[in-house]
Amino acid sequence: MIEIRGLAKSYGDHQALQDVSLSIRPGEFVVVLGPSGAGKSTLLRCINRLIEPTAGDIVVDGTSLSSNRRDLRLLRRNVAMIFQQHNLVKRLSVLKNVLVGRMADLSPILSSLQLFPEADVKIALHCLEQVAMSHKARNRADALSGGEQQRVGIARALAQQPKFMLADEPVASLDPKTSRTVLNYLKKSCKESNIAVLCNLHQIDYALEFAERVVGLSAGRVVYDGAPAGVSGDVIRSIYPGLDDPNVLDAAQRLTERRRAAAEAEAVLALEGRA
Amino acid sequence: MSLQFVVNKPRGPLGWWIMVPILGATVAALWWSAVGTHLSISGFIDGLPWIADFVGRMLPPNFAFMEKLVKPAIETVQIALWGTLLGIVLALPVCFFAARNLSPYAWVFHGLRQVLNVMRGINEIILALIFVAAVGLGPFAGVLAIALHGAGMLGKFFAEAIEEIDEGPLDALRAAGAGTLQRIVFGVLPQVLPAWIGVVLYRFETNIRVSTVLGMVGAGGIGFELISSMKLFAYEDTAACVIVILILVLAADLMSSKLRAMIR
Repeated sequence: MIEIRGLAKSYGDHQALQDVSLSIRPGEFVVVLGPSGAGKSTLLRCINRLIEPTAGDIVVDGTSLSSNRRDLRLLRRNVAMIFQQHNLVKRLSVLKNVLVGRMADLSPILSSLQLFPEADVKIALHCLEQVAMSHKARNRADALSGGEQQRVGIARALAQQPKFMLADEPVASLDPKTSRTVLNYLKKSCKESNIAVLCNLHQIDYALEFAERVVGLSAGRVVYDGAPAGVSGDVIRSIYPGLDDPNVLDAAQRLTERRRAAAEAEAVLALEGRA
Repeated sequence: MSLQFVVNKPRGPLGWWIMVPILGATVAALWWSAVGTHLSISGFIDGLPWIADFVGRMLPPNFAFMEKLVKPAIETVQIALWGTLLGIVLALPVCFFAARNLSPYAWVFHGLRQVLNVMRGINEIILALIFVAAVGLGPFAGVLAIALHGAGMLGKFFAEAIEEIDEGPLDALRAAGAGTLQRIVFGVLPQVLPAWIGVVLYRFETNIRVSTVLGMVGAGGIGFELISSMKLFAYEDTAACVIVILILVLAADLMSSKLRAMIR
């Protein structure tokens, strides 16, 4: 269980985040929607303290984590991150990039001498398998395509064996087909390991398709927190103030209706099964 | 065909008139420097016969003398090799703190940059004079001079390469809970290594050139033979020294450009 309590961040007079509280169940796939500048990246980076929040607590399994060195290491061990530009070290091999995910637990001296425990290499290879990239383990990271690099980014995050995963617009620079592949791998692999995901997205359609829960962020505040089926045209307009794109609103409407119908059908099937 | 002069008028209230003070100041500075350096076309033309006379005395080069130059030439390369290596050893621990993006405090960064500036600001020949006084005549003084000046150069170049890296991977390492040493080894080094190797090769090439003249102040290498042959008016021997120096410099240039092509 991950709880974010009263998280706030301000830069001078500008309030980037205001009193954001969320609690996320293990294994839950949560998508954060919101316009550019609404504070989505700031939210994620305040959670693992790449940015120091102005106020608020992160509570992992009942332990509140401050920003002292030991807590920070514990926090970052439990909370993995996936970046928009994947942030692989391009000149290192795929396997070594994934081993970066193990580093919090490894001896700095031995790992700097390129010596890694066999068990950790095994974990890294298993994580590559989860995203179907183990055949490229020995390749250099810059020899991969964008989608493949992001899958390695996911593997690196999985290698941390975290409780919680933050994904900052993981598919923003990918084509639609690759985006779906990457999101599928992300969701599947996190479900397998019961890892909760907080994923920033710009694409409403992917949000409604993949999310189990949608958080809408606008001007640093949570304006919606609920099921994707509840994301109506009005909700979208409240997340994206001034948005007047009939196509997006239509598509959202159709998607939510289809999802609602599917959920109802499932419920009926379940009832029939019980009967 | 008609031509049009397409140049924007300089911004500011003066327009083209701004050129008058700029041109005036430039001409004044150049004139002042010409007077200061006794710049003189007639002086150069009057000197031409003497240059011809000097070159005439150097010919033919005394190729037999080259046999004696083998040892000093090898010593020259050895000075450059150890000078470069010790320069790297001195620069490495400093460069991370002299890079704006990694330095923990601004004053550390500024302070170290000034230290590097001072080390770099003193010419090798002057450093060699100091080290000759400290450790005595011979190539070791040359090694120390090149190492100290080279550390200032390498430290600055290493730090600038670090400032140009993509910091995204460092964020990723931080987010994964990696420690400082791990961030440097896995996030910084892979990104800066090609640039660093290029800089080191360039320094080695420069150091070969520098160590050919260190002998003039008694700090070892082929420069000693060069200066003593001139003092003895044995200009055929001087020519032999110049040829050997050229061979050394060209070989160093060729080797480092080949190596640099290999690491791309």
